Amino acid sequence: MILDGKCPAGPLADKWDKHRQEMKLINPANKRKFKILVVGTGLAGASAAATLAELGYRVEAFCYQDSPRRAHSIAAQGGINAAKNYRNDGDSILRLFQDTIKGGDFRAREANVYRLAQVSNAIIDQCVAQGVPFARDYAGYLENRSFGGAQVSRTFFARGQTGQQLLLGAYQALSRQVAAGTVRVFPRREMLDLVLVDGQARGIVVRDLVSGEIRCHAGDAVILATGGYAPVFNLSTNALGCSVTAAFRAYRRGALFANPCFTQIHPTCIPVTGDYQSKLTLMSESLRNDGRIWVPKNRLDERHPNDIPEGERDYFLERKYPSFGNLAPRDIASRAIKEVCDAGYGVGPGKLGVYLDFADALARLGEPVIRDRYGNLFDMYHHITDEDAYRQPMRIYPAPHYTMGGLWVDYNLQSNLPGLFVLGEANFSDHGANRLGASALMQGLADGYFIIPYTIADYLARITPGQVDTNHGAFDQARQEVEAQLNRLLAIGGRRTAADFHRELGQIMWHNVGMARSATGLQEALEQIPVLREEFWQNVRVPGSGRELNQQLEKAWRVADFLEFAEVLTRDALHREESCGGHFRVEHQTTDGEARRDDANFSHVAAWEYRGTGQAPELHREPLTFENTHLAVRSYK
Amino acid sequence: MFHPTLFRNPVVRKLLMAFSGLLLAGFIVAHLLGNLTVFLGPNGINAYAHHLKQLGPLLWVFRGGLLAAAGIHVSFGLLLTLENRRARPMAYYRNKPQRSTLAGRTMIYSGLCLAAFAGFHLLHFTLRLLGPEITPWLDALQRPDVFSMLVIHFRLAGFVLVYILGMGALYFHLSHGLGSMLQTFGLNNARTLPWFGLLSSLIAALLAAGFAAIPALIFFGFITVQGGAA
Amino acid sequence: MNLTLHVWRQRSADEPGRMERYLAEDIEPEMSFLEMLDVVNEGLIAQGLEPIAFDHDCREGICGTCSQVINGEAHGPLANSTVCQLHMRQFRDGDEIYIEPWRARAFPVLKDLVVDRSALDRLIQANGYVSVSTGGVPDAHAVPIPKINAETAMDAAECIGCGACVAACPNSSAMLFVAAKVGHLASLPQGRVEAAHRVCAMTEAMQREGFGGCGNHYECEAACPKGISVKFIAQLNREYLKALPGKILGK
Repeated sequence: MILDGKCPAGPLADKWDKHRQEMKLINPANKRKFKILVVGTGLAGASAAATLAELGYRVEAFCYQDSPRRAHSIAAQGGINAAKNYRNDGDSILRLFQDTIKGGDFRAREANVYRLAQVSNAIIDQCVAQGVPFARDYAGYLENRSFGGAQVSRTFFARGQTGQQLLLGAYQALSRQVAAGTVRVFPRREMLDLVLVDGQARGIVVRDLVSGEIRCHAGDAVILATGGYAPVFNLSTNALGCSVTAAFRAYRRGALFANPCFTQIHPTCIPVTGDYQSKLTLMSESLRNDGRIWVPKNRLDERHPNDIPEGERDYFLERKYPSFGNLAPRDIASRAIKEVCDAGYGVGPGKLGVYLDFADALARLGEPVIRDRYGNLFDMYHHITDEDAYRQPMRIYPAPHYTMGGLWVDYNLQSNLPGLFVLGEANFSDHGANRLGASALMQGLADGYFIIPYTIADYLARITPGQVDTNHGAFDQARQEVEAQLNRLLAIGGRRTAADFHRELGQIMWHNVGMARSATGLQEALEQIPVLREEFWQNVRVPGSGRELNQQLEKAWRVADFLEFAEVLTRDALHREESCGGHFRVEHQTTDGEARRDDANFSHVAAWEYRGTGQAPELHREPLTFENTHLAVRSYK
Repeated sequence: MFHPTLFRNPVVRKLLMAFSGLLLAGFIVAHLLGNLTVFLGPNGINAYAHHLKQLGPLLWVFRGGLLAAAGIHVSFGLLLTLENRRARPMAYYRNKPQRSTLAGRTMIYSGLCLAAFAGFHLLHFTLRLLGPEITPWLDALQRPDVFSMLVIHFRLAGFVLVYILGMGALYFHLSHGLGSMLQTFGLNNARTLPWFGLLSSLIAALLAAGFAAIPALIFFGFITVQGGAA
Repeated sequence: MNLTLHVWRQRSADEPGRMERYLAEDIEPEMSFLEMLDVVNEGLIAQGLEPIAFDHDCREGICGTCSQVINGEAHGPLANSTVCQLHMRQFRDGDEIYIEPWRARAFPVLKDLVVDRSALDRLIQANGYVSVSTGGVPDAHAVPIPKINAETAMDAAECIGCGACVAACPNSSAMLFVAAKVGHLASLPQGRVEAAHRVCAMTEAMQREGFGGCGNHYECEAACPKGISVKFIAQLNREYLKALPGKILGK
């Protein structure tokens, strides 16, 4: 099937305005008749829930955390992009659009990305009005920093905790609506299934993580804002509760999963120290503004980094990409780091690390300035490694961080299932094959504050509110299926923990479906994953019962979904016979090792339809056309 | 006018504690200044007592205010202590305080000691029901002979011990209370924070030492009927 | 290294709990405290015992989920750190470690080390926000804000809502949590409009939720993983004094 993204016709710059004029509205008095279920309370979910409630809809919001404020958006450090051009350095909506399209290696929809750039400015205004304490200069105006993949300073930030501050802004807006009685928040609830009635998304099944109770919730529309799936690699920079479960359950119910192979490996993370490791910690990309990345020229050099003279260091990013240097986009920087480490030049335990050195910046700007800019990051690094980055270079290594792929949505952020909308990292729409720094926060808030409120009205205006409630047979059936799977997990009584299976899956994915992918490696993974899944269902051990707070059961369900989803991701990587953005196929590279895109055959979105566990999913394509950007080879040299 | 929930507000309660505490502390300072006239001998302290008596109704207004402040301070102190205990129904097996002081954590005990001491002090000095009787009570100039009472009673170890212990409690209570009061009134900022605690202890120590010096000096014979009169 | 753990075990909110003793063997100094508990739990599961339930999520010190009192200190012995950022190099071979949940009436234990902190959400719902709806706001540069005020606001806004201030406070007071939000918003022009109502509403909510009162012990500041200063409590008191005349006159 050829998918239709439903992008409005007309000139790029007018599409969104025109579309807004054409969409249906709902009378204020009628809005309260509609109930909307929002799953996930990160930037996208919280901003959507708050805004929809402000408009008058009844909203129920769900999160697995104990409070909506803890969603993983909180961990975003660096900043948020907007085309304000406050610096007078030549920025514009068009330039932000072009940078994002190019950064995504021409695998995103032009119309979506342009709209994202258009609403970016309103996000900053909104956040300032909410009391988000962005960094300011001495005149009292907002500060900006530059970020990877851009040659203008358009990133707004609040120290190294921008995601936290933006999320708290959205959380506070949400709290205001809770106080007003327009939103009900259900914390410690995990969505375990989507309920369809006559092909339309009408509700969800959730597990109360404290009592273990399985409950159904019905609504007129369902919004998934449940984040990405980076923990399919086990070790990632995501929170431990992040999972693909909500999105995957929607996929199993018929929603298409688009471009799952577009995963982002972030270059600046703290290297792994041992097998017990539960997570990898990201060091903000903003560090690359002042830090220089290098390895010793001699691969046997065992000296302390401070003792290695300038001439014996290889600043490989500056050498390979002179115009962007240490600010090369994430996918390019990560792969360059992997290459030097694979060639044996790495530093630290297992030689899986490179230096990120602040000595020059410290000498040029002084310690107080560096402390002011990155103090919390240096502290965090010190907590974890016991090393003082003011005195010696940091060690960094790439780690899975963000997933550009996600549930397929049209221009209205609606999936192929009517009534199911997908926002933020959970959808696939705006970042193509690689996301630029400081664009995730922008997209999450754009979707929640400024896009879904318009587009969902257009859907709701066409349906009758309150048509189904949880007494409908579809809810009962979905609940029984959830209970059956929970009971099955509890009944296995095998010998290995869910975490143990997750580690093994992570190894398969990292080595075969990680930064450099080959047809043989992918085929190998496609053989190993079903075997591991088979063993999981024979040999996992989940202690306790389903009727209580049971963290092992939560973990086991999530791992079970990852074990199925990993296969979809791998198939997509095998299908995409080209290298683009975060997806690098070793068969498709230039002579100097750069990615080689195949626009003739792969300028499309690959959206996969579920066909049963262990069955190959069915591929649908949405062609991507580029009318406003020149399809160029991405060069940061 | 007053919202009924006003007195349930934790900040209002804090402010009431701080304000009544300030009045009590002000009284203590005035009381100490008055007491120091003992070093001028009978002409000092007896004249001071005489003047106080002559204030007449004004003295009762003053005493009424003091009683009200003490009443608020004690009743809210007890109420807050009970409430704060209810806020943690189960204690920690291990508890390692980082910043709080023993004085701060035992305000209710030092406060109750001070209340008991105030009762004792009233029985002793105001109502003159304790210790050897001083006759005649008026001196040659028809003033209360407080000086003689002091130098006679504070030769007795029991009295001296009670007063010294009472002043120990005063030091303890004020060392936390004064700094706490400044914080509650919102006078603290990042720069004053480290100093207010120190200042609080210092003032508390000066006050307590000022009071305690009198029984101590009398007990060890530095102030006598002859010496003081000289 | 090998350690002896004494851990609070409690099956559910309704059942009494007790301290139980476990051995943690072959622990690496590079492990985080939570990774050490992961290892202990894997061992418990292998023995057919129930693993220790504890709250955790981001494991990088920002989400505020982890919540354990370790050897009598909220978030353990390392200053300005959450439990997840505490590493085993802070301990020595043979140490005895006591692990307890946050203890406060407002934070009932749900299971083992997991507590219910929804009271903190309800404090924010008591006007811990700026009452602005999406859209129709002025340009971000319309109102310049002095850098020092923006920095002060950020100092307070860094609060991660973990509740360590409550856990460490001898009175189980949430005053630092409330003061951080009051101070954050009162330092910015956008938040000033509702400053008087906010300070009253939030402090009243604190009383309703069963938190104790502030005794100016400053344990909260010592326990706070973000090092939020008690100067914000002084600021809260000032804000309250400013709001008081209006409150008394019924405005």
